[in-house]
Amino acid sequence: MRFPSTRRTAVEAAASEDAGERRRGFEALVEAYWKPVYKYIRLKWQEENEGAQDLTQGFFTRAIEKDYFRGYDTAKGSFRTYLRTCVDGFVANEKKAAGRIKRGGETEIVGLDFEGAEGELREHPIVEGVSMEEYFRREWVRNLFGLAVERLRATCEARGKTAHFRLFERYDLDEEEAGYEELAREMELPVTQVTNYLAWARREFRRIVLDGIREVSGSEEEFRREARALLGVGGK
Amino acid sequence: MKWLSDRTVEHLRQVAEWPDLTGTKYEVVAELAHGGMGTIYIARDRELNREVAVKVLSGPGAEEARILARLEHPGIVPVHDVGELPDGRVFYVMKLVRGRRLDEWGREQALGERLRAFQKLCEAVAFAHAHGVIHRDLKPENVMVGAFGEVLVMDFGVAVAGTPGYMAPEQERGEVEERSDVYALGVILRVLAGEEAAKPLRAVWEKAMAVDSGERYAGVGELSSEVGRYVSGERVLAYREGILEQAGRLAARHRTAVLLVLAYLLMRLLLLLFLGR
Repeated sequence: MRFPSTRRTAVEAAASEDAGERRRGFEALVEAYWKPVYKYIRLKWQEENEGAQDLTQGFFTRAIEKDYFRGYDTAKGSFRTYLRTCVDGFVANEKKAAGRIKRGGETEIVGLDFEGAEGELREHPIVEGVSMEEYFRREWVRNLFGLAVERLRATCEARGKTAHFRLFERYDLDEEEAGYEELAREMELPVTQVTNYLAWARREFRRIVLDGIREVSGSEEEFRREARALLGVGGK
Repeated sequence: MKWLSDRTVEHLRQVAEWPDLTGTKYEVVAELAHGGMGTIYIARDRELNREVAVKVLSGPGAEEARILARLEHPGIVPVHDVGELPDGRVFYVMKLVRGRRLDEWGREQALGERLRAFQKLCEAVAFAHAHGVIHRDLKPENVMVGAFGEVLVMDFGVAVAGTPGYMAPEQERGEVEERSDVYALGVILRVLAGEEAAKPLRAVWEKAMAVDSGERYAGVGELSSEVGRYVSGERVLAYREGILEQAGRLAARHRTAVLLVLAYLLMRLLLLLFLGR
């Protein structure tokens, strides 16, 4: 089966001639990558909190202004690797010309919860022995799944399926394990309903995750590779 | 956005990997096992209201699964259904076997029980061979022993390659024949019997595991017969035994008769001694 592409992915949109499309693409890429980029700069470049915030803002605003992502060539590897290389190049240049840039020129991306990201870094430091490349990948996956959970919540609320999300949250997100029977009692539902609701929520979650991977993939091949590596799917 | 721990991320990864069985009568309940060829899930058959095992293959295998579905033998896990997921992966639905892995089960059994289980395994493999199906990945993980001692073989013919340690030399070169399964069975026999096994039994697995496939047993039936001979105290063809070994084996085999003859001789001797006084 083919994975039908109903619209441009964020990577394609970010390199588009159309300003509206380009904006949509950038917003999606910022949402998917700002946090891994921030943490990466903090750890790899050993930047302090504020410096890393400036560099993260600076990187994305510079990328918008200078059309960084138009230079991405799908034949030369994954978009994630390209983006990380761009971050390294950007930070290295900024360090050379220290003080030249503050908050990335005129534009500022709003709504990035740096404080939250900093708290995560403090409470969950990097595991010893993990390379920076692997750390960046793991944080991207964490962010991808975190966003997918939020989208699932929004979808469930919009469709009046709050019980479905509540079950997903209890069964798949809570660290404390709960059985179907326990959940059935808690939610006052038959056990069969619990498994049906949960199956629906998981299917939806899976679809959202695959959409998320597609959005930040540079090509069909990269999407398949990522989906296979992450979820074992997309094999044909 | 809530921070997700590594454990939750891994759990969600597994959840997202679960097969999308929308449009089928099956519904995934839990992941059972993950292997090189794919993942097995416990699923519920909504129509028949029973639990089944769904194996999702990581590579192609639809044709093999269909062949497997036609193999009906008490020692082969029955396949109920074969299908394709929306993402292109092939799945097949099997009976959910509640049992233990052959090697784990074997650790608590006497040698005789282990060898009988091995013979049942051979019967199932011989049946598949008779229908033109080679297993290609026989190993203890693919053999289950049920609560009543029934032996069930899984994953017939779906493996692309075997497993190192169980794979015949020719299989490593990409050539597969029925005797490749004989080789793997030889390894399983060695695992089941243990390295301390008697010489004739060792000779059986050594012949089954010959590097040159032409020097192995010609078929699984021959291998099984050899094990049967060992179990019943007959001479194993693969082993040339000395006169003393032969005498010992015969004595062990005809223990009651030997004891009766000895008792008779002893009585005669005592009688002679008594009369000679």
